[in-house]
Amino acid sequence: MEFSAVVFYFFAAILLIAGVRVITARNPVHAALALVLAFFTAAGLWVLLEAEFLAITLVLVYVGAVMVLFLFVVMMLDINIEQMRQNFWDYLPIAALVAGLMVVQMILVLGGETFGLTAPEAKPADYSNTKELGRLLYTDYVYPFELAAVILLVAIVAAIALTLRRRQGLKWVDPAEQVKVKREGRIRMVNLKPQKPEAKPEEDA
Amino acid sequence: MIGLNHFLVLGSVLFAISVLGIFLNRRNIIVLLMAIELMLLAVNINFIAFSHFLNDTAGQIFVFFILTVAAAESAIGLAILVVLFRVRRTINVDDLDSLKG
Repeated sequence: MEFSAVVFYFFAAILLIAGVRVITARNPVHAALALVLAFFTAAGLWVLLEAEFLAITLVLVYVGAVMVLFLFVVMMLDINIEQMRQNFWDYLPIAALVAGLMVVQMILVLGGETFGLTAPEAKPADYSNTKELGRLLYTDYVYPFELAAVILLVAIVAAIALTLRRRQGLKWVDPAEQVKVKREGRIRMVNLKPQKPEAKPEEDA
Repeated sequence: MIGLNHFLVLGSVLFAISVLGIFLNRRNIIVLLMAIELMLLAVNINFIAFSHFLNDTAGQIFVFFILTVAAAESAIGLAILVVLFRVRRTINVDDLDSLKG
């Protein structure tokens, strides 16, 4: 067996085991960590498919950001696991039937099918996947790219607007009010006559 | 020799695992969201495999946008989850029946 086949089967086995752990783990934290493992191994497979930029993106964005967010939320919520796990395996027969049928169908359709495609010859050493993707993103796909940026902005605004809590009794000043302050609103000129301080009584004679 | 079909079968098995996960974890919204992420990963593996074997970078562009939308989706989903937990003190799907659907 050649090296790439060994790598493929190794990573595929880890990916599937991690996937099974994600859906069967008793503790949601363990499920999130198994999902991290699944993303890492998928990134390895993507490197095997010469999609280096997306492999790194998967690790940075998914493992670094999304899964950390998942872990934050899982640990923040006080979840009653036992109640969630009641009758966990009840739907297993029908679920296994559906999933098994899907797999059998897919394997029947795709198992021996390569659509007449064979692996393309290796790219030259100076070929940059990142450069190629960047060139496409900023020319042919520039409008979808900007739309993606807007979607991310909407996600930021929505996530903050949903979870922001206005606290009561905060000492807080509107900056606009502060800027609008004039001199007259703050100081008052008082005309005081100069006067002599009263002589202090002598403390002890 | 690893061909396109190996990757397609891997993607479909991963997709089936996450369908199974949605059936099993029907009470726990967090694991449901994780199963959806796993589904998107399976789809992305298909896209990248086709992109590689067709020698066409457009498939990778698709994966790029799917990753973007999926990140936005999980951020908003988790925000909704946090608000839900704050209001109802539970994320058990069985308890979220106030709409009587």
